[in-house]
Amino acid sequence: MAILVNNDTKLCVSGITGREGTFHTLNNKNYGTNVVSGVTPGKGGQDVEGIPVFNTFHDAVEKTGANTAMIFVPPRFAADSILEAEDAGISLIIAITEGIPAHDELRVYNHLATNPNVRLVGPNCPGILSPGKANVGIIPASFFSEGNVGVVSRSGTLTYQIGNELAQAGFGNSSIVGIGGDPVPGSSFIDIIAEFEADPETELIVMAGEIGGSAEEEAAEFINANVTKPVVAYIAGFTAPPGKTMGHAGAIVSGSAGTAKAKQEALEANGVRVGRTPTEVAQIAAEIAGSLKTA
Amino acid sequence: MDLLEYQGKQLFARHGVPVPSGSPATTVEEAVKAADEIGYPCVVKAQVQIGGRGKAGGIKVAKDRQEAETHSKAILGMDIKGHTVHEVWIEAASDIAAEYYASIVFDRSAKRPLVMLSTQGGMDIEEVAENDPDALVRLHVDPLLGFQDFHARRLAFEAGVDADVVRPLGALLTKLYDAFIKEEAMLVEVNPLIVTADRQVAALDAKVTLDDNSLFRHPDNASLRNVAAEDEQEQMARERGLTFVKLDGNVGILGNGAGLVMSTLDVVAQAGGSAANFLDAGGGSKAEAITSAVEVILSNPNVTAVLFNIFGGITRCDEVARGLIEAFDQIKPTVPFVVRLDGTNDVEGRKLLADANLPNVHTESTMLGAAKKVVELAG
Repeated sequence: MAILVNNDTKLCVSGITGREGTFHTLNNKNYGTNVVSGVTPGKGGQDVEGIPVFNTFHDAVEKTGANTAMIFVPPRFAADSILEAEDAGISLIIAITEGIPAHDELRVYNHLATNPNVRLVGPNCPGILSPGKANVGIIPASFFSEGNVGVVSRSGTLTYQIGNELAQAGFGNSSIVGIGGDPVPGSSFIDIIAEFEADPETELIVMAGEIGGSAEEEAAEFINANVTKPVVAYIAGFTAPPGKTMGHAGAIVSGSAGTAKAKQEALEANGVRVGRTPTEVAQIAAEIAGSLKTA
Repeated sequence: MDLLEYQGKQLFARHGVPVPSGSPATTVEEAVKAADEIGYPCVVKAQVQIGGRGKAGGIKVAKDRQEAETHSKAILGMDIKGHTVHEVWIEAASDIAAEYYASIVFDRSAKRPLVMLSTQGGMDIEEVAENDPDALVRLHVDPLLGFQDFHARRLAFEAGVDADVVRPLGALLTKLYDAFIKEEAMLVEVNPLIVTADRQVAALDAKVTLDDNSLFRHPDNASLRNVAAEDEQEQMARERGLTFVKLDGNVGILGNGAGLVMSTLDVVAQAGGSAANFLDAGGGSKAEAITSAVEVILSNPNVTAVLFNIFGGITRCDEVARGLIEAFDQIKPTVPFVVRLDGTNDVEGRKLLADANLPNVHTESTMLGAAKKVVELAG
């Protein structure tokens, strides 16, 4: 099982002929992901190590049956590429690009919301890894193995840190999903946690949030009402000063809203245990897994 | 990026939002000249990005040339909550009959622009929202549809604005929305939005935050960056393409990825220390970027120890190690370093550091261990 990307994934990469695009596409392919095509306007007919390149997503879908898109183009072209992928009938779009203008994201989000058959993950995210099945994005797969912990996070390297702590505590993962650090993520914690709840392979869910916005608070209420599987959370940014953007465009404490403390309290009030460090997240997960086995 | 009041007003004016006429000035002579041209009475307003300017004495009415000079002299160079006033805005005085409030916020939660209007302007709007929530009318706009006339009418009638200004106020809101969308703002706020004695509406203040990621499409706005207000170290980091925020502590921090760096600051605090900065070297940093980042961190004299916390994904640990070795070669730091390298090419990175045998560089295998060690060394 796993969620979103798996053995049925047929990936088409927008920006496949760029330096980073080529590098990560081939990494994904080497991992075993079924990369069927790429898109670079003007380079249709070429290939990248045998992967055919098309001028449009529409051609790529028609000729190669692509069902998943990875967006690797520079910020000024990214919104257009996402909209093109959706228009061509792609059902899962994973946008890695960092630095997309917020108003572009707003238009894309509201347009995609009118199509119930499409899901956008990202932008500004590391992608999705389902260990042993498929890797779409830039997550270093070698640190993760197959297992039953689902991980969802706003941050890339923090995901690796937590994943590594979990691995050292003996856990593998069903899927690892980076939803990205931007103000308007295509998928929220709630969207991904709902997928994990429905996935029979996932027994425990770890979510890593950070300051800014209210996505963690909203997830807390959703978990309380809809999720039967145990959830462990981590929040980064307890020491962040208000009014300063901490690296991610979405990570800013404005006024009294969006603080790490408020998020921790909302999660705990809804029955979600919050680890104070990535290490403690793994310890709590181990404790819960132990009690699941003995139950 | 936050604009100064007058920059916000000039931006509003480009989109037809009515604002009082005025001129910026950086010297007393310029200020007096501007005041003479505008005529008296006029207002001398300190241009700093902080609220409470009026209470701090940063906004004064001048009824003649003498007062324009006295006030400009007092306000230029004044310190308002840690912000030095480098510029004043000289503005024609307005005859105020009523003070309203209007704003448009990029609402991340609803994923729509949120337009707000209140007849209780001129005061702290958060207080209004708390004490009298009904006095602040809110309306989300579908960005694919845009701001319609009926939106403006609903806001105006529900807020209870004076009947004779419903139409001009609606026109102002439409233009404000146009400015919000076309300039790609995260926030436009007008407090107060005034109704004058002759029943005109105008923006008497302007607070504008623009989206940094969109500035490539708006070169004119990009050039408005208020470098004078920027911290020297933050400026140095920005010029080098590093994501950097200056903090109050003494532990210099370098990490890769915003979330991991935030987490590192937290873990350092839990270990009893306090970070001197947030620095995200970014994904895929090469050795030169690391060397350059070390230079930025050490330009803060408060730093007594530095922590490298790297979990390599796209970033390769051997590149980080090379960058640090190069930094020791070039800058010869005198403070201790604690280095934790994990992830892509970590074995190579650790070996490079071991072979280089840099003075006072300690390697740690875990994030927690590294945080404890650096706090101990920082003193």
